[in-house]
Amino acid sequence: MTALHRSQERRQAQEPAAEVEVMLDEGNNVPQAVVSARDLAVELGGRTIWHSATFTIEAGEFITIVGPNGAGKSTLLRMLLGLLPNSRGQIQILGRQPQRGNSSIGYVPQRRTLDPDLSVCGRDFVLLGLDGHKWGFPLPFVSRRIQKQRAQDAIDAVGATTYADRPVGKLSGGEQQRLLLAQALLGQPKLLLLDEPLASLDLKSQHTIAQLVAQVAHERGITVMLVAHDVNPLLPFTNRVVYVARGQVEIGKSDEIITSENLSRLYDTPIEVARDSQGRILVFGLDNSISYAINA
Amino acid sequence: MLGVSLFLFSSDTATHYSTLAERNMQANGSGFTWNLVANVQEMFTYAFMRNAFEAGTVVALVAGLVGYFVVLRGLSFAGHSLSHTGFAGATGAILLDMRAIYGMLTFTIGSALIMGLLGKRLHGRDVITGIVLAWTLGLGVLFLSLYTGYATEAYAVLFGEILGISVNDVQTTLVMGGVILLAMAIIYRPLLFASLDEEIAEARGVPTQALSIVFMLILALAVSAATQVVGVLMIFALLITPAAIAERLTTRPKLAILYSVVLSMLFTWSGLAISYYFPYPVSFFITSFAFFTYALVRGVPYIQHTVFSRRRKDMGAKAIAADLSTANL
Repeated sequence: MTALHRSQERRQAQEPAAEVEVMLDEGNNVPQAVVSARDLAVELGGRTIWHSATFTIEAGEFITIVGPNGAGKSTLLRMLLGLLPNSRGQIQILGRQPQRGNSSIGYVPQRRTLDPDLSVCGRDFVLLGLDGHKWGFPLPFVSRRIQKQRAQDAIDAVGATTYADRPVGKLSGGEQQRLLLAQALLGQPKLLLLDEPLASLDLKSQHTIAQLVAQVAHERGITVMLVAHDVNPLLPFTNRVVYVARGQVEIGKSDEIITSENLSRLYDTPIEVARDSQGRILVFGLDNSISYAINA
Repeated sequence: MLGVSLFLFSSDTATHYSTLAERNMQANGSGFTWNLVANVQEMFTYAFMRNAFEAGTVVALVAGLVGYFVVLRGLSFAGHSLSHTGFAGATGAILLDMRAIYGMLTFTIGSALIMGLLGKRLHGRDVITGIVLAWTLGLGVLFLSLYTGYATEAYAVLFGEILGISVNDVQTTLVMGGVILLAMAIIYRPLLFASLDEEIAEARGVPTQALSIVFMLILALAVSAATQVVGVLMIFALLITPAAIAERLTTRPKLAILYSVVLSMLFTWSGLAISYYFPYPVSFFITSFAFFTYALVRGVPYIQHTVFSRRRKDMGAKAIAADLSTANL
């Protein structure tokens, strides 16, 4: 019996008890699970994307969600945001049903380049993360000063101080990404969801942003769930990995999930996983549904 | 389009403007003096100028505010096509012996609803919009040809005739302006959020689809109001140009809106004031002020850049020449 199967059995045995504890918990005695899902399934256009997803995310964890294109990673995020209903199973986020506009969840969507003519400055763009969803318009009260200070703190935290007043459309991809992160942080979320924040960034920027997210989240005690194509830049910071592929959703430590054995079973085709001296992962055997870039 | 309308209206317009000029000549007691206060006071003794300024100010305010979001959301073509469908509505109303503004409102609100509901589902939206608006313009020409009465009203719809605005239309404009201001005050924040990043706004609970539709309706109202000043064909001058200039001057949304409104009002007031003394269409003056201001705002940085870079190049060449001369080769 593999380590994976053993840990799965352990988890399944623990889980019902853990969930009961969670539901009974009123005070702060037992740390409440941030996300708890049981037998979850999602359908899009009549087609089941994935099913039987059972996992619990604890507070402060850094979770990387990986899997091939079209497997349903972004779908999982959208479901957590309340933008998509689950077709089966139960899910609770911070003890509540997923709902749209949950202010305890910060969201950094997949970056497509912002319109280069967009002349709004980064600072005002970030400020919208605080009150952009409220009706009316901000009145020039003292509270506005406090808000501006908080925005400045968030901008400093992500290292965007030097270009916060330049028009957003003229910034580079990495710079825009930092501002998007600052905007998400401004709402003081407990859970941060990021959809492929490292996509189309060069390798150095990937490492920088990965470290930035981990550091900022750790400082603020935020739980992170991050969708990525390549787990390697995130390996030093990841607690556990959620692997979404072929209609299945698995969770576990990276050295349990991303193994030759497990992936071969999952894809039903011989897959080889190798690790180099630094612990970086290389996956061989997936054809055009390749989920990892082969890093040089 | 222009050719047809000029053909239809050439004789009418000549008489139209000469009567206006005559009216001005008769009205002008002393003509233009350098005592600006006296000029303004004199202007405002005449009801038609007061009406024009009242309606013009409201329109400028609203166009400057709404225009900022039109530019931000990339709705310039949508705004333009709304004004064209409004033309069909206006001429249809004239044909039915109703007030033009009501026909215009009906058509623009209807088109705005359709555009808003179809939303992002139409890829290549500008193609479909163009096809539909070409047809509505054709409808407008048909209504025009069926109308056997005095066609100056239709001319006013096309090119704007704020100096001839009736008291009723001033009141309607005030009401429209009030509705627009109230609606914009309510939706300002989520609209800005949704305009900058729709996905994040949606995730934060902003009803982006509903907001799109509401804004299209506001745009329909703003376009209908602005048509009275600059006409269907020159909507851009009040709706787009001031906002485009403001965007080049600042990156802060609130400031940009302020600049847009101020510019819009300046163009309108200047256009009205000048047309009091010179018998040429108000819309010509307004569009000219708008255009030249835009050219200025774009041209000055370009000239600065070229001049400075040339100076730098010259200095560089001189430095190299100096080095070469001192070096003993």
